[in-house]
Amino acid sequence: MTTPFYVPQEQVMKDKAEYARKGIARGRSVVVLQYVDGVLFVAENLSRALHKISEIYDRIAFAAVGKYNEFENLRQAGIRLADTRGYLYDRRDVTGRGLANAYAQTLGTIFTESSKPFEVEIVVAEVGDEAESDQIYRLTYDGSVSDEHGFVAMGGQAEQISTALEEHYSDGQPLGDMLRLAVDVLSTHGGQPGSPPRQLEANQLEVAVLDRTRPMRKFRRLVGPALEQIMTPAQQPQG
Amino acid sequence: MTSADGAGRLPAAFMTPGTPSFSDFLGSYAPDLLPGRRTPPSEQIEAPHGTTIVAVTFPGGVVMAGDRRATMGNVIAQRDIEKVYPADEYSCVGIAGAAGVAVELVRLFQVELEHYEKIEGTVLSLDGKANRLAMMIRGNLAMAIQGLAVVPLFAGYDLETGEGRIFSYDVTGGRYEEHAFHSVGSGSPFARGALKKLFRDDLQEVDAVTACVQALYDAADDDSATGGPDLSRRIYPVVAAVTAAGFRRMPDDEVGGIVDAVVAGRMAHPNGPQAPLR
Repeated sequence: MTTPFYVPQEQVMKDKAEYARKGIARGRSVVVLQYVDGVLFVAENLSRALHKISEIYDRIAFAAVGKYNEFENLRQAGIRLADTRGYLYDRRDVTGRGLANAYAQTLGTIFTESSKPFEVEIVVAEVGDEAESDQIYRLTYDGSVSDEHGFVAMGGQAEQISTALEEHYSDGQPLGDMLRLAVDVLSTHGGQPGSPPRQLEANQLEVAVLDRTRPMRKFRRLVGPALEQIMTPAQQPQG
Repeated sequence: MTSADGAGRLPAAFMTPGTPSFSDFLGSYAPDLLPGRRTPPSEQIEAPHGTTIVAVTFPGGVVMAGDRRATMGNVIAQRDIEKVYPADEYSCVGIAGAAGVAVELVRLFQVELEHYEKIEGTVLSLDGKANRLAMMIRGNLAMAIQGLAVVPLFAGYDLETGEGRIFSYDVTGGRYEEHAFHSVGSGSPFARGALKKLFRDDLQEVDAVTACVQALYDAADDDSATGGPDLSRRIYPVVAAVTAAGFRRMPDDEVGGIVDAVVAGRMAHPNGPQAPLR
């Protein structure tokens, strides 16, 4: 029989965090931005079937980076939680804050109790009636939550992308401008470090919005010609 | 909704991969929330009942309409009940039978369709939706035997074929596709008789609405449980149209205009429009 080595808790947590961070950094990035009529989600994603962005409820959407099977598990649990709560009470009683809390507790428990933490980072966003009541929560692998304003970048090159967004982002911009900004920063900073600059096309992106001007279900995916049209800058007025 | 022991974390049932069906999930997580799982009353009980629903197809879609009356024995339980609901963006459901159970069933059906759409990332086919509703009615059979039957009428726009389709049900969950038009509820024999004479296969949407209003008028004429248009209170039938553009509930003033025209016509001809004899 072997005697187990003593490993300090601090070291265990550090190792787990390091492990989760590495896993997340391998994936491509996702950005979430507020625009004048709601919240915009842009992910670099070549797959048409495996989504990183999803509708949760009337006003709530979800975006994630990291290990697909793990965040897919969280996404389904979130939809079940939202639908069960809405069925039990009322549609208005389903809130982004409640969902973010449940995710935080879940990720926190998994991080401390299981030997392998979830390699995911997620955003839960809820669109309000005005921009002031929009909410964006960012949750990390260890269950910590932060309440964000304006924009969030997650995944591989999150830091460089955040820095670039900080420089160019401003509140209350139209959808087209914010989408082009998101595509620009993902194109410039989202590739592997040291790789040549590239230009992302519509078919390499997964784009969705929570649009406060829509009735009931605010979530809408932007695909195909509709997406290309918004990505193309408007013609400069002649003269 | 979160478990008491896990201090707010999502219960294990939520994290278990599996069914895209909300009612199946609820059946395993909180079965007492499902209408079909409750112990039925030991004897017949009296509860509000909804009455007549009509549906008419037209090229490019389908129209569904319901009167506004709920009855309990000889008493009018409610004079402005709504019995036609959107099921999802491309379908609607009208309810006849025990109103309380029916409304609950519709709520569950709406969540069921939306839940599937969100989990799977794709919508169910129209036949898939119709079958799902059949299963939910089947689960209510024990209640039906105690006088709390729910008999819905389901209609929708089939995105694959580009046409409006109607499905009717019996209390055992039997599902039957109806062609052209159909009606359910206590006034349905009269409504169906009227629709037989009014239906053409080249109706415009507004004509299909008029046919529905005429049929409901005839049902109210001969069935005490079906409410006619209440002109003094401005209570009109609930009318919904489902087309390629999705579900649309017709606004009251639009329905009001059609109702006023139908009632004006009945002033001259109380039995309504006449079909040619030969």
